[in-house]
Amino acid sequence: MNTTLSVEIKRQIENFTLDVAFNAPPGVTGIIGRSGAGKTMTLQAIAGLSRPESARITLGSDIFTDTGRNIFVGPEKRHIGYVFQEARLFPHVTVADNLDYGLARRGPDTPIPREEVIGLLGLRHLLDRRPHGLSGGEAQRVAIGRALLSAPRLLLMDEPLANLDIARRREVMPFLEALHEKLHLPIIFVSHNMEEVVRLADRVVVFDGGRVTAKGDMAEVLNRVDVQNLILGESGDDGLGTILNARVESHDDAENLTELAGNGFNLFVQRLPQPAGASVRLRLRARDVTIATAVPHGLSVQNVIEGNIEALEEAGKGQVDVSIRTREGETLLHALVTGRAARLLNLETGMPVWGLIKTVAIAGSASENRMTDLDR
Amino acid sequence: MSDILLTPAEAQALWLSLKIGFAGALLSLPFGLLVAWLLSRKDFPGKFALDLIVHLPLVMPPVVTGYLLLLTFGSRGLLGEWMQETLGLTIAFNWKGAALAAAIMGFPLLVRALRLSFDAVDRKLEQAARTLGATQWDVFRSVTLPLIMPGLLTGLLLAFARGLGEFGATITFVANIPGETQTLPIALYSALQSPGGEIRALRLLVLSVALAIGALAASEIFAARMRRRIFGAGTERTT
Repeated sequence: MNTTLSVEIKRQIENFTLDVAFNAPPGVTGIIGRSGAGKTMTLQAIAGLSRPESARITLGSDIFTDTGRNIFVGPEKRHIGYVFQEARLFPHVTVADNLDYGLARRGPDTPIPREEVIGLLGLRHLLDRRPHGLSGGEAQRVAIGRALLSAPRLLLMDEPLANLDIARRREVMPFLEALHEKLHLPIIFVSHNMEEVVRLADRVVVFDGGRVTAKGDMAEVLNRVDVQNLILGESGDDGLGTILNARVESHDDAENLTELAGNGFNLFVQRLPQPAGASVRLRLRARDVTIATAVPHGLSVQNVIEGNIEALEEAGKGQVDVSIRTREGETLLHALVTGRAARLLNLETGMPVWGLIKTVAIAGSASENRMTDLDR
Repeated sequence: MSDILLTPAEAQALWLSLKIGFAGALLSLPFGLLVAWLLSRKDFPGKFALDLIVHLPLVMPPVVTGYLLLLTFGSRGLLGEWMQETLGLTIAFNWKGAALAAAIMGFPLLVRALRLSFDAVDRKLEQAARTLGATQWDVFRSVTLPLIMPGLLTGLLLAFARGLGEFGATITFVANIPGETQTLPIALYSALQSPGGEIRALRLLVLSVALAIGALAASEIFAARMRRRIFGAGTERTT
């Protein structure tokens, strides 16, 4: 069954032009971009909460909006679960009534049964409460549950974690990851936080100034320097980095270490809870990668990746982004060095180098305490 | 003893006032909801004119409103004649006419209260309800209406109080008929006009003041309780 969401929108509001087109198959599609890039506007059009001048929005064979054929299906008939940036709970009824609002109107065919949603999101003790007594994290979990119980065929999440502090974010994040495992629907996850997208998304669509500037596989898109500059521009250049896929090779309990193997590299990290063979997502920040032009000796750093310089690019503030292609395999690493260092070391493309890795962040695992929050 | 109890005439005036006040407020409610909703939520040609017309009874001399009602709904009036012939309904010079006058005089107050309430409802909640499968009417019924309830009650009370004390339009439109259109203020006015009626007038005055205070207090308490139920009062929890 084809349930891919297909979106084409053209909309002009004063002097802002939204002109985007992308597809979202089942799985998580992250929409990332700075504020004002048109992300929310796009979700509103998908949900049918706005009517663009020109749009074609379909889910599988169902047409939601087709301005060319004058088709517009009302938001209540689209079966789209929408989790907003604010929880938007109905203040005059209990948590249970909030959860059941969509359930009562869309019938019992929810992708996850009510009891399971309540369990998964940890809502049981909140059911009789009223929204005004809930914390931000609790309210957002209720909002997610309410959207899930409205029998959605598509889930839209508009920065569901943006209004939460870091602690609350860590509380909600595992639920989102669990959803990703359980749901076989297209999920659109809007964020301007690289970390969240790395943890959740399979594919990424990058928005900039009302246009799509990149789309495709998450790691491929996010490893692009232009994309990183765009997204991390607001939070400083120290966020540049590489997303790597690896699998757990073996554990060394005596040393409390886990060996990870990727495409052309091996890394040692602190003991991970995942069993051998499990796949993990790694995030290497460019400033945490040091470059050596000779085989390094006598270092405390244990993780060294060997490769050749593929490209040198100005990264602003006198710094240079060095792309290193691993000798074996097809992995591309980013390292951030000062312009002075690049000159003194005579760095140039094709040169063999060794990347020394100081820290590795594991994304999409329980060891989130090692994640660095990059959001502003 | 008999000084404290209401005389039959006073009881009648009180009962009439209450009946007319209630009927007037209830009569204006559906129209008030519609007009307030239109003014709060929609942009349409003639919106300014509608806003103006709604507020006319507030600023026009009540006698003018009463005279206009008489011209329209009197037995020779345009609508009055039609209503009498097709519906067999006469409203001039009886309590129904007084209720209509009360409804019209209270209408601007009701609309103002309702409009403010509609303005205060978070449209984002209504959007959320739409995405959860509710039609526009369903959203109004299940989200908007419960959220404007405190404002609706306040508006109804204002309209009721306005109807209770209505004088100018009522006396012009339905005259001063004891037991039919003689409400508290009109009875008070009559008492003042008759020689030796000061004591009667004073008793009616006390009664009117007591009634006004009672209604106001009841509505404030009720609205506050409802607001607390909906929006919470800091520490209050329903567990």
